[in-house]
Amino acid sequence: MPTKIEKDTATGRMTTGHEWDGIKELNTPLPKWWLYVFYISIAFSAVWVLLFPGIPLGTTYFKGLLGYSTRVEHVENLAAVEAGRADVLAKIRATDVADILKDPATATYAVAGGRVAFAENCAACHGAGGAGQSGYPALGDDSWLWGGDIHTIRQTLMHGIRSVTDPDTRMSEMPAFGQILDREQITTLTSYVLSLSGAATPAAAVMEQGQTLFADNCAACHGDNGQGNREFGAPSLADQLWLYGGTEAEVAGQITQPRHGVMPNWGGRLDEATINMLAVYVHSLGGGE
Amino acid sequence: MSTSGIDLDGHHEETAQPALFANRLKVYPKAVKGPVRRIKWALLVVMLGIYYILPWVRWDRGPGRPDQALLLDMEGRRGYFFNLEIWPDEIYYLAGLLILAAVLLFLVTSLYGRLWCGYACPQTVWTDLFMWVERLIEGDRAERIRNDKAKLTVRKAGRKIAKHMVWLVIAALTGGAWIMYFRDAPTVTVELLTGSASGMAYSMFALFTVTTYVLAGWAREQVCTYMCPWPRFQAAMLDDQTVTVTYQGWRGETRGKYRKGESFEGRGDCVDCAQCVQVCPTGIDIRDGIQLECINCGLCVDACDNVMEKLHRPKSLITWDTFANQAALGRGETPKPMKLIRPRTMIYTGLIVVLGAVMLAQLLTRTRVDTTLIRDRAPLFVTLSDGSIRNGYTLKITNRRVEPASFAVMVDGPEGLKATVHLADGQELPADDVEVRGDGVGSLRMFVSMPRAIIPEEQTPLHVTVRNQTTGEEAHVDTMFVAPPSGADRTQRSNSVAPVQMP
Ligand code: SF4
Ligand code: SF4
Repeated sequence: MPTKIEKDTATGRMTTGHEWDGIKELNTPLPKWWLYVFYISIAFSAVWVLLFPGIPLGTTYFKGLLGYSTRVEHVENLAAVEAGRADVLAKIRATDVADILKDPATATYAVAGGRVAFAENCAACHGAGGAGQSGYPALGDDSWLWGGDIHTIRQTLMHGIRSVTDPDTRMSEMPAFGQILDREQITTLTSYVLSLSGAATPAAAVMEQGQTLFADNCAACHGDNGQGNREFGAPSLADQLWLYGGTEAEVAGQITQPRHGVMPNWGGRLDEATINMLAVYVHSLGGGE
Repeated sequence: MSTSGIDLDGHHEETAQPALFANRLKVYPKAVKGPVRRIKWALLVVMLGIYYILPWVRWDRGPGRPDQALLLDMEGRRGYFFNLEIWPDEIYYLAGLLILAAVLLFLVTSLYGRLWCGYACPQTVWTDLFMWVERLIEGDRAERIRNDKAKLTVRKAGRKIAKHMVWLVIAALTGGAWIMYFRDAPTVTVELLTGSASGMAYSMFALFTVTTYVLAGWAREQVCTYMCPWPRFQAAMLDDQTVTVTYQGWRGETRGKYRKGESFEGRGDCVDCAQCVQVCPTGIDIRDGIQLECINCGLCVDACDNVMEKLHRPKSLITWDTFANQAALGRGETPKPMKLIRPRTMIYTGLIVVLGAVMLAQLLTRTRVDTTLIRDRAPLFVTLSDGSIRNGYTLKITNRRVEPASFAVMVDGPEGLKATVHLADGQELPADDVEVRGDGVGSLRMFVSMPRAIIPEEQTPLHVTVRNQTTGEEAHVDTMFVAPPSGADRTQRSNSVAPVQMP
């Protein structure tokens, strides 16, 4: 409840006229320096508003006397980062991929740079982190259709696989055995092939027939024991990895009417430094040889 | 600070209509001699000595490492405290130390009031030093007041300039010493003097020089009254058993002027000489009772004791005592010794003991190896050509020792699992000889694989131990091994999923 401004008898000072529960507030002035600090702050903000952009003017804005802009600063920062990277990128471009691994600092940079480039260009097919998906090989396992040493990885990146736009690409086609063998033969062959990778062994007669069919039609590319052949990118049939699926129907389908994946040639689309970084990164995923 | 002005004799002047903003009433503290003053001088020398000399204490840590006993190396991200070395992620030791110091301050305050404020606070210590310089150059209280009122003369200007120069030199030394806690002292001294120090060093140097000069030279008691939060809540630590500087009103009143030879019968011991007011660095009158401004420095005790001595009256008219005793004495009862054991002192002591014990135990048992393990999320797992499942991890081994060391990485899990450790670029390392440089972090890849047949469940807990092969220190971390659900749908498959058995 407001009271009147009056002189406080105990201190001889004036009250503010505010009263709470019978307690009256003394009018205690603030120190002068405090006031001055306040004025200086006001002056400072006025100067600030003049120097830096901040006042909206309809469709445009007041640019500030310094002409400062975060956008310009951002562009400059990007240019600075670009310039800072130039050295190490030039080094990565000029170094043989195998030698990049010999220098820990460059290797670390290449792995990090490769990870970014992979996410941008490769992950759509090969999955994040090279997880792979049906028809697109996983890159972190220990099986390579065309070889997994770092130079081969780089070659695959540069020229692709079955990439018709690149004369140096690697080609291979599995014949469509649906036109060569009959249905029963394909079923037999399927059972035999699956047994190579540890599935239940079929009846002895089927096994024998399958073996003959395999030796006549498949062994030339896939090897006598189905161990695969990297020269033709022929997958191993004796392991547990199946690019197009490992059920009886899927294997039979692949024999009848094979599908063939295409890997684009990245040479020309990505610069060589990026390709080198990608090679180093893919090699580091856990399957590199 | 009260607005009722104190005139030169210490009398209260009444301000009828206070202005909205008040000019500072300049305080001219008078010099005083006595035991309290001597203790304050001694403490001042000791504390400033420690502050200025500590950065120069050397401590051999071997080649290539700072040989400064106390160093907060911001660039190297290390704190060195004699033979203790603190990494940025161990900064909680510093937090613990600060909490400990805070509780210690609570305890001291609840026992002896604002002992910290009056004797140990840097603001008080540097202000004391600056006032000593002022007194040396401009004379004592009376002379300074006279001088400030007088017209500007060459002598007056000379004295003022000299004072500010000396103040600035002390402030610069203070600011310079501050930098030395963050950079090697001899090096940074040379750098500062030759103009080759970093912009950061110079701006810090300037900042601490200016703040010292402004706070100790100009602001002084205003820091304690207006800026420092401590006086505002220290009242919560006091109770009626707390010892503070107090005027024994029951004995001093009724005060009055005294003429030599008069009897003290029927009057108080206080002769209203205002000595206690004139020596007070915060410019208050202790006879008004306990006040927010009072920093408990006890200079008024010395001042009044000197007066009492001359009058052959008992000393301690202003003295240290508890509120309870003062009340008892006022009623004519005999005072009791201060009660040290009170709930609040017990709680504070208990906290200090617990905190101290926890910190000490932490320090004594801390290992100089640390490890973190992050499981790959993409892919969650990989199927290998023999059908086994492999998980990838990023393993970091922190070697906090100076010496490079070889570490063994051991993975506990189902029988038959295979773990390999690789450099970031894929090169495999022997799992019992993973080299990590001294004072550094090794960033590695780890692969764990298990044949499908032995994988107990979709998520198998793994326990990983990293051991320093030389010191035997170990760090542990728990993680998971993830496998595809058994009987996974084989039609939707990538080759990272193993086929199930054929019928
Ligand atoms: S009243 Fe006494 S103890 Fe308090 S600040 Fe002043 S001189 Fe120091
Ligand atoms: S110094 Fe002692 S005697 Fe003099 S005014 Fe202060 S309390 Fe009274």
